Amino acid sequence: MIDIILLTLLVVVAIAIIRMKDLFAVVMLLGIYGLLSASFFVAMDAVDVAFTEAAVGAGISTLLMLVVIAMTGRKEKTNRHKPLPALCIVLITGGLLIYGTFDMPHFGAADAPIHQHVAPRYINDSMAEVGVPNIVTSVLASYRAFDTFGEVVVIFTAGIGVLTLLSVARRKEDAEKISSINDSMHEQHLVIRIVAKMLIPFIFLFALYVQFHGDFGPGGGFQAGVIFAAAIILYAMLFGLNTARKVINQTFIQLIAAVGVLLYGSVGIVSLMNDGNFFNYNVLASDPIAGQHLGILLIEWGVGCTVASVMMIIFFSFAGRLELHQHNERVKNQESS
Amino acid sequence: MLMDLFNHWVVITLMMSGLYIVIAHGNLIKKIVGLSVFQTSVFIFYISMAKVDGGTAPILADDIVQYSNPLPHVLILTAIVVGIATTALGLSLVVRIKEAYGSIEEESIQQQDNQQQDNNAHAKRKQEEEA
Amino acid sequence: MIAHLPILQVIIPLMAAPICLMLKRAQLVWLFSLIASGLAFAISILLLQQVMTSGVISYELGGWQAPWGIEYRIDKLNAFLLLIVSGISTVVLFAAQTSIEKEIPKNKHVYFYILYLLSLTGMLGIVATGDAFNVFVFLEISSLSAYALIAMGKNRQALWASYQYLIMGTIGATFILIGIGLIYQMTGTLNMYDLSQRLPEVAQTRTVFAAFAFVIVGVCLKLAMFPLHLWLPNAYAYAPSIVTAFFAATATKVAVYLLIRFTFSVFGLSFSFTTVPLQTLFMALGLIGIFAASTSAIYQRNVKHLFAYSSIAQIGYMIVGFSLSTVTGLTATLLHLFNHALMKGAIFLALAAVIYRVGNIELNNLRGLGRQMPLTMAAIVIGGLSLIGVPLTVGFVSKWYLLMALIEQGWWPVAVLILLGSMLAVVYVWRIVEAAYFKAPLDNSSPVKEAPMSFLIPIWTLIIANIYFGIDTRLSVQVAEAAAQSLFGVSL
Repeated sequence: MIDIILLTLLVVVAIAIIRMKDLFAVVMLLGIYGLLSASFFVAMDAVDVAFTEAAVGAGISTLLMLVVIAMTGRKEKTNRHKPLPALCIVLITGGLLIYGTFDMPHFGAADAPIHQHVAPRYINDSMAEVGVPNIVTSVLASYRAFDTFGEVVVIFTAGIGVLTLLSVARRKEDAEKISSINDSMHEQHLVIRIVAKMLIPFIFLFALYVQFHGDFGPGGGFQAGVIFAAAIILYAMLFGLNTARKVINQTFIQLIAAVGVLLYGSVGIVSLMNDGNFFNYNVLASDPIAGQHLGILLIEWGVGCTVASVMMIIFFSFAGRLELHQHNERVKNQESS
Repeated sequence: MLMDLFNHWVVITLMMSGLYIVIAHGNLIKKIVGLSVFQTSVFIFYISMAKVDGGTAPILADDIVQYSNPLPHVLILTAIVVGIATTALGLSLVVRIKEAYGSIEEESIQQQDNQQQDNNAHAKRKQEEEA
Repeated sequence: MIAHLPILQVIIPLMAAPICLMLKRAQLVWLFSLIASGLAFAISILLLQQVMTSGVISYELGGWQAPWGIEYRIDKLNAFLLLIVSGISTVVLFAAQTSIEKEIPKNKHVYFYILYLLSLTGMLGIVATGDAFNVFVFLEISSLSAYALIAMGKNRQALWASYQYLIMGTIGATFILIGIGLIYQMTGTLNMYDLSQRLPEVAQTRTVFAAFAFVIVGVCLKLAMFPLHLWLPNAYAYAPSIVTAFFAATATKVAVYLLIRFTFSVFGLSFSFTTVPLQTLFMALGLIGIFAASTSAIYQRNVKHLFAYSSIAQIGYMIVGFSLSTVTGLTATLLHLFNHALMKGAIFLALAAVIYRVGNIELNNLRGLGRQMPLTMAAIVIGGLSLIGVPLTVGFVSKWYLLMALIEQGWWPVAVLILLGSMLAVVYVWRIVEAAYFKAPLDNSSPVKEAPMSFLIPIWTLIIANIYFGIDTRLSVQVAEAAAQSLFGVSL
């Protein structure tokens, strides 16, 4: 029942996104869309996915879009030029998918092929083979560790891509001028700053908990990385980019992003050296289960490092660009007045 | 029968509204929002096929007999990460496009490009005539 | 270590990428990337040898048996592709240092090499893997790095081209994801070999039909097959020259590989070509693609644009060979994959050299270059002759096989059309020859020198390969034929 309500809400939000012209509202709705789908994932028993979607769909991507809107303006032009061809394409694609549903296994059916063929081994044997209660973690970090490695590389790629596009080489005096304006802006929110200062250590603690607890409950390197980055981002938003930049050296986080990928990969290389296949954790220790535990621990750290640092890289790149925009505009205004 | 497929159909509607935004809208940020909706809906589709009636979250515990399928969860965890990576890269392109063209509307950008091409062609023809 | 070659093939460029970030000095990074890419090339040669003598290699990642774990499965087809991709990558990378000097700001050189390696990793990963979902992950690695690389182009149009590619590419990848989800739902497995075993049972369902359509459309978007090619010309034309040379020679090849892999191995020959009318559809689209794109190529002023359209036309030839669904047809397609990589690699590298010296790549800028840059322009001309399909070049070999395949099936009219399509190539290649050799240089242009050795060596390596494999066809034909036969024999 709850899933039908959630799906209906999702449809309402989707329609609202289509119709809204105010990009700020659209982005907020997108955040709601992410949060609703996260709730839907909980109803579908996918707690790990829900956790991630809430952090990413409702958190990080909304934040990034808001920063971008601050630079580009929040109004969408009213003329929609080609609704008809778009409608045709959408109707054909959707029609094809609906046509496909007629032979699909029914929703929730336990005898569907996906529940019969590969999955039972994960459910029945993962405890004996990997020794981790959270099946999602054992599939993600061991059975399909290579996919997850690919995922880390995707994130690393995005980080480098954003850096190439947005990093600005600025002169020193400019940077100082920008920062002096910036710091004065943040002195007003005294209460929030104090509360945040108290909160941030707990967020770090929570990130660590999520990092280590991924074996037993929902969580793991990716979620922990996002939470860790969120704490830093919060700090940066309240205390100014430059203060944050002083705390966290930019070259250093790039290094950590690379180290994360390398750490993950070297687990595989060490297993090669020990005559196992790539990512075969069994050979990492004398006892296969201990090896699996060690392997999973290490790669989760690799994921956590890369994700946290890339999220920070992305945020700092966007925010740095925004700062530059605001600075330029201020200069322009001063000149004109 | 219809009720069993209802969930799938709603999810398809969601996917298609995302795809519609991507194709029909000219605003570059809106397009990326559309992509996000499209991808998130595909995630919903994957996750709903993992559900088993009466199952619980795939975290092993003693008194549970029926678990939902963990594999689609793993796949979608990966896909979510891919999604945010694409969004971040797309948005940074939007920022740069705004700086270079002064607009984030498809029409206006296309117009500027065409104009530039025409100007180039014009200059070239002049050059050729002189030569 | 020999047993681990399949994974080393992908993991070496992958691990090299983050290490580059630590090396910092651009020159060092270039050397390091070149070594990594060269190693990958060496491994691909070993793998191809191994596959040709002893058959399919299966490598289980994590030691988990497929279909529970991810499997790398190297057969003749993907060993051939691995060789093409890593080989071209290495040759192109050789010229990279000189070329990006003038096209990309200094502080971004290190990022450039990292993204280049990641893109290479993505493509090698797509080709090597035997797992359908793993294809998606590596597809995204190669695509994301491609978007960033294209956006590094000098003009602002590069940004817009990259954005459009990002939108189209992501729609394509999401379509593939939907398709994979549907077949997974019907079979319960993601392993390609396992899928090929289990799909026939459910082949008659509407769900599998929809899955097939989504995978094919998604792959064709990546492939830039007519009429889904709109993103390609600008992306190729405005990307940094080295990036264009690398992608034009490899990226679409990987997409063609995916098309072949999914239709022949995963869904199976009988499903793809009997249940679904793929043959007529692809034959028609391939032919229209050849003519539409070749005609557009004739009217381009920007030489990079011209050859980008020519690439779309060449994809048309591959699609026609593929659509025949015969051993000879597929051999022609595979041969053309290899040959086209050699031609376009050489041509775009030569264009990179022209840009390095002249700074611009409009047809007018080529005036008089036949004298000023004789070796570079000669390379473009030989590459162009190869595109047309003149005897003694590789282009002739693949066209020959394509014509044989068509005649074998009694498709005479199509064979005539293919020949007519080649005539269009004569026209656009002639326009370049005319500008370079028969027109006086513009008054206001200053004379330029021949390209530096760092360009000439890789360009002429590829040109010599163009001629060598056009005369001594044993190696390429043998491998292509064996790969095609293996696809028609037992599935996978």
